[in-house]
Amino acid sequence: MLRKTGVPTDDLLRQVTPSEERLRRGPVAIFECFERIPCDPCQHACPTGAVQPFEDLNDLPRVDHQLCTGCGRCIQACPGLAVFVVQEDLDECSALVGLPYEYCPLPAPGDVVTLLDRQGRAVGQGRIKKVVRPGNRGETPVVWVIVPRGLAMTVRHIRPEGENRGADQPTGGHHLPV
Amino acid sequence: MTSVLEPEVAVVGAGPAGMAAALAAAEGGADVLLIDREHRLGGQLVKQTHKFFGSSDQEAGIRGIHIAERLGERIRQHAAIRIWLGTTVIAYYPDGVLLAEKAGHGLVKAKPRCLVVATGAAERHLAFAGNDLPGVYGAGAVQTLMNVHGVLPGQRALMVGAGNIGLIVSYQLLQAGVQVVEVIEAAEEIGGYAVHAAKIRRAGVPIRTRHSVLKVEGDSCVEQAVVARLDEGWKPIPGTERVLQVDLVCLAVGLTPLTEILWQAGCRMVWVPELGGHVPVRSETLETTVPGVWVAGDAAGVEEASTAMIEGELAGLAAAHRLRPLKEFDERCRQLRQALAELRAGPLAAKVRRGLARLEGGTC
Amino acid sequence: MRITEHPILDFERGPEITIYFEGRALRAYEGETIAAALHAAGIKVLSYSHRLGRPRGFFCAVGNCASCLVEVDGEANVRACITPVRDGMRISRQRGKGDLRVGT
Repeated sequence: MLRKTGVPTDDLLRQVTPSEERLRRGPVAIFECFERIPCDPCQHACPTGAVQPFEDLNDLPRVDHQLCTGCGRCIQACPGLAVFVVQEDLDECSALVGLPYEYCPLPAPGDVVTLLDRQGRAVGQGRIKKVVRPGNRGETPVVWVIVPRGLAMTVRHIRPEGENRGADQPTGGHHLPV
Repeated sequence: MTSVLEPEVAVVGAGPAGMAAALAAAEGGADVLLIDREHRLGGQLVKQTHKFFGSSDQEAGIRGIHIAERLGERIRQHAAIRIWLGTTVIAYYPDGVLLAEKAGHGLVKAKPRCLVVATGAAERHLAFAGNDLPGVYGAGAVQTLMNVHGVLPGQRALMVGAGNIGLIVSYQLLQAGVQVVEVIEAAEEIGGYAVHAAKIRRAGVPIRTRHSVLKVEGDSCVEQAVVARLDEGWKPIPGTERVLQVDLVCLAVGLTPLTEILWQAGCRMVWVPELGGHVPVRSETLETTVPGVWVAGDAAGVEEASTAMIEGELAGLAAAHRLRPLKEFDERCRQLRQALAELRAGPLAAKVRRGLARLEGGTC
Repeated sequence: MRITEHPILDFERGPEITIYFEGRALRAYEGETIAAALHAAGIKVLSYSHRLGRPRGFFCAVGNCASCLVEVDGEANVRACITPVRDGMRISRQRGKGDLRVGT
C-alpha cells in the first residue's frame, strides 16, 4: 500500500510508535522510515545513542525510545525528512509536534498555521511554538507546532495562514514578475 | 593547424562520476584533462537541492549542490588537472584522438593515453499528442531553470513519473513556489523511495499510479493536459479522462545513458533495459572492452550520484594505476567495490542488480 | 518570472545586461543561459518547426535534444539552453533549418 500511495499505513505506523507509557512521559522521536535504503545519518546525529548502530547501511533505524529525549536532531539530520518528534502531553488541551520544514516563508513563533495530515488534508489549526533555523542553508529547519491534544500522531505538515493557492495546495517560495 | 594536447588521462564529463575520476587519477599521479560541455563543473549535481542518502562517510545528508561545490573546489585547486569547459566532445577516432568543439576556440584535439567516459544520461521523452508544445519539459530541465537560474518554470505543474526524479523534482517545484497539481505514474506502484513520496503527499500533492497523460493542449504553450487511468494492459480506460489546467508538464520517465563516445571507440555494448539502454561491457575496475577506455556513472548504467562518485573514483584510480602501478590499488579497489555493493544491496536497487547481472562479466 | 525567495538557494545573479529578442529589449543577467533569460521574460516559444510551423521551446535544457535552436547575432542553430547571454546579444526565433555561416 505504501508503494501505491506514498502514505504509511496504520500498521506500519504502529511498528514505529512507542508505548503509551513512553508517549505520555515526554517528547519522543517517531521514525517514519519503512524502506531499506542505504542511509544512516540519523544514527550519527543522535546524541543519546537512542538510534542503535547500523549493522548494514540498508537497515531500518532501530530506536530505543527509552533513551530518546526528543531533542529533534534526528529531524534535521534525516535526508528523507521522515522523522518527527511528538509530545502528547504539552498541557491539558495541547500536544506538540516537531517537524522538518524546508519551505519559504519560515513561520515564526506565535504564528497560526493550518495543520495537515500525511495526506495533506487540513485537520485543524495550530500555533508555532519554536522554529529552529539552521546555521546554513545546508541544514533543515525544524518547526515545533502546538496542536490540539490527540493530533500528535496525525499532524505531519503545516501551511502558514493566508498562503492558500487553492484548496489543499502546498506553500512554496515567493516570486515577482520580471 | 590545431595542436593536440596529450594528457595522460582525459575524463569526458565533469558530473559526479567525472569529477571523482579526475581527482582519483590526479591523486594517483596522472596528469589529467577534464572536459565538459557546460560552462561550469558539477553536471547534474548543481541542481540537486535535496539531501543525499548513503553512508555518512559518503556525503550522506549533504545537498547535491554542496557536494558539487566541494568537488569543484578540489579540482580547481589541483595542479595536475587541466579543465576545458564549454567543450563538447564530438568524436573519438581510432588513433585515439578526441575531437571537441570548444566555445570561442573552434575545434580542439586531445590524445590521451587513458580515457574515462563519464558522460551521464539523457532524459527520455514520451509520445502523446501535443508533446512538442513549449511547457512540456524534462524534469532535469525544470530543475535547471529553478535551481540554477532562479526562473519559475510555470505556475501549475503536472508531473509525469513517480520515480525518484519525479518525486524529488515535484518537491523542488513546491519549494520554488509552483503548484504541483498531480503526479501520475503509469506503473502500478510508485517507483521512487516512499519517503520522497510522503513529503509531497503531506503537502497535498496527489500521486496517482496506473495513470498516464493522453494529450496536452494549448495555443502556443501548454494550457491543459488530459490524463486517464490505465488498465492492466497499459491502455487508457475510456471514461476516466480528466482535464487538468496546467502550464507545465514535466516528464520524469527515465534516463538513457549517453554512450556515443563508447560506440565510436568500438566498445562492446549490450542492451540492458534495467540500466536504461545500451551500456558497455566492463571489468571489475570499469574498463570497457577497449583497453585504455573506462566508463563511470550514469553512462555505465542509470543509477544515482552516490554510485557515480564511487565508480568515478574506481575508474580514475584504475587509469592512474595503468600508467604507474599504485601499491594501494588492490585494497582501495576492494573498498570501493564493497561500498558499491552496499549501496546496491537494498530492495529498491533490485533493478540495478538485475541489470548488472545481465551484463557479461558484470561488476558487483 | 524570477524566483526571489527560496528556502535553500541564494541566486547570485551576475550584472544586469540587455539582450534583444525579435527586436524587443529584455533585461537579463550575465551568466545565465538564453533559454533561462527568455523564460524569465515569459517567452517560451523559441522557434517554429520545419514542416508544420508548430511552436517549439526547449526540452532537456542540457544541450542534448536540439529542441531549443535559435539564431544569435546572425548565427543559426545556437542551443539556447546552454549558451550564456552577452550584453547586446540579438536573438531571434529560427524558422526552418537555418543557414550555417560559411567560413567561420
